[in-house]
Amino acid sequence: MRRIRRWGPGLLLVSPSILLIAVFVYGLIGWNIKVSLSDWRTAVPSSKYKGLAAYRDLQSDPAWSVNLHHILLFTVTFIVGALLVGLTLAFLLEKGVRGEGFFRSVYLFPMAVSFIAAGVVWRWLMNPAPGNRATGLNVVFDKLGVGFLANQWYLGQDWGMAAMALPAIWALSGYVMALFLAGFRGVPEELREAARMDGASEFRVYRHVVFPHLRPVTLSALIILGHISIKVFDLIVAIGGKQLITQVPAVYMWILIYDARDYAKGAAIATLLLIGISALIIPYLVYTVRSERRA
Amino acid sequence: MPHKTPPRRATVLRVALLGLVVLMLAIPAAAYSGKSKHASATASCQLQVFSWWTGGGEAAGLSKLITIWNNNNPTCKFKNETVAGGAGTNAKAVLAQRLAAHNPPDSFQGHAGAELRDYIKAGQIEPIDFIYKQYGFNKIMPKSLISQITFNGHLYSVPVNIHRANILWYNPKVLKSAGITKVPTTWAAFIAALEKAKAAGVIPLALGEQWTQQHLLETVMIATIGPARWAALWKKGANWSAPGVTLALNRFKTLLGYTNSDAASLTWQDAGKLVADGQAAFNIMGDWQDGYFSGTKAGGNLALKPGVDYGWTAVPGTTGVYDWLSDSFTLPKGAPHRDAAVKWLAFLGSKKAQDTFNPVKGSIPARQDANAKLYGPYLKWALSQWKKDKLAGSLTHGVVAPNAWAADIGTALGLFLASKDVTKFQSALVTAAKKHA
Repeated sequence: MRRIRRWGPGLLLVSPSILLIAVFVYGLIGWNIKVSLSDWRTAVPSSKYKGLAAYRDLQSDPAWSVNLHHILLFTVTFIVGALLVGLTLAFLLEKGVRGEGFFRSVYLFPMAVSFIAAGVVWRWLMNPAPGNRATGLNVVFDKLGVGFLANQWYLGQDWGMAAMALPAIWALSGYVMALFLAGFRGVPEELREAARMDGASEFRVYRHVVFPHLRPVTLSALIILGHISIKVFDLIVAIGGKQLITQVPAVYMWILIYDARDYAKGAAIATLLLIGISALIIPYLVYTVRSERRA
Repeated sequence: MPHKTPPRRATVLRVALLGLVVLMLAIPAAAYSGKSKHASATASCQLQVFSWWTGGGEAAGLSKLITIWNNNNPTCKFKNETVAGGAGTNAKAVLAQRLAAHNPPDSFQGHAGAELRDYIKAGQIEPIDFIYKQYGFNKIMPKSLISQITFNGHLYSVPVNIHRANILWYNPKVLKSAGITKVPTTWAAFIAALEKAKAAGVIPLALGEQWTQQHLLETVMIATIGPARWAALWKKGANWSAPGVTLALNRFKTLLGYTNSDAASLTWQDAGKLVADGQAAFNIMGDWQDGYFSGTKAGGNLALKPGVDYGWTAVPGTTGVYDWLSDSFTLPKGAPHRDAAVKWLAFLGSKKAQDTFNPVKGSIPARQDANAKLYGPYLKWALSQWKKDKLAGSLTHGVVAPNAWAADIGTALGLFLASKDVTKFQSALVTAAKKHA
């Protein structure tokens, strides 16, 4: 009885949120998985168990492999691009620029623009029209005398999705910069000075003292960018619409559910997306919990 | 300094818990008051009509219908529940959610034909044969139209308008300077004309994003195999591996060779504008293109002169065939104001409603007794064709194939656009037909 008095009120206090999360997050995840295992393949609801039929369907669907290829290319370009640009910006600011606050805000602003709005602008910037109809970046290239750089952008057969990652890099590299800047600032000045006293060159100070300290920040950035990338939807729809040439799993899921009314197959994609994101996030959580315990 | 004492902490906790209890009671109470509000709305009649007519001529036409409705039904005013988004892509998602939650509108828009089958099979809409019988719609609308929108012996929607998909739009000035003296009506003449346009340095055939490419494919198929075999493709036991289909797919592939390289980045308006601006010779699109070409600049259109700045004819090989599609309205099961909804559907089928809506929307009435004087040059031509042409239902616009089948064809087309492999494309189409027919 006394025990209950100790933790009872606390439990009562958090129970509404536990309940809400249990129903609206985990309950619905469970329901989604159940739908993906059912034979609900038409507009008429059905809850008959069909096992992994929808997943097998997806595996043999040539459009699905196109989707996977697209999301892989997009993710790699986006993460590598945003990390490199963010790190460079943070490095430059860290070296001490006048008006650092101003630059910081400028680089961060694109993150405040929604992907839909950014997509509309970038759709124009990356206009693939040839010759006299060209607009956007292709014209800029032409005016600067580097016309050979003009290209098909997101319509490119093999590398289109890499171009599609440009707006995402633009939007999020400022955020990555902020993360890295905090990371740089977290390196104690004494460590750098000690290294310099030992005769380390500036390059070696960074290589052996500063960068190792950035590892946790890099990991956080990787996780955040990774999960944004895997579930990307709005940017793709704003630029490419509903076309196979720019299709990614989240868009295909939408088409399957609302156009084809193939609920099981759509739910299967949703489940796979969740697994993909969990594969990123769970190891990260484990790592964080462990390092916190150590500290 | 007063110390923080345990009794105080307990007070804070008690207040918090009390607040929580109030909150837990308040949420269901709020939901209940929301429900009672809903009930009072049902008492006073309101006609909730769901559509995706939010812009241009369609919104203007709808508002004219609303004015007439409100004048005739002062006790049951119109409630316009539109959701923006071309061809209803967003609206259909919203509607699916409403129907699943058993919260249907009194009437909703849908393409007439197979696209409605999902709703029929899910038991979400009622057959409305009695409205057709009572108002004689089945006598005044073409027999072939009625038979093409009948499903399992029943009618489920009232078509408000008819659009034609198989129109070849062209720029007369460009044709003249390219030395194309006669507008092509056969496949051979078409290819010859495209070659001439190519030699003249313009885009021979302007094309837009993926659904417009499916639209092009559909017209080429009808041109190649004819309306009868086209109709047979959508029935059980259809022969999609027939040589006629192979020929059509190869022709489609040939046509793609005459199109602009940036097609996937253009909307249908962008593609049409290439013709209007003299950058392209031809474009194949539905007759909503006429509204875009001839409509006012204030409405975001091009204000061109029909017959002078642009011309039209049936897609080569489809003269005498009307590749049609239609916006129609339905009677959902459990409509909150069913009597008003039935009245609305009867009104939509009337001559007055159809002759009010269509000249503004840029389409023709499904009825055959339209007053031709009310319509512009293109629509006058379309009216005369509608009376005598054979009908072929549109694939891209929901007449012949249910959504799932159309989506599978869309995916197969997307793969073909990358691979250009006709054999693979045809076998994907055969598989889709086996799955859905």
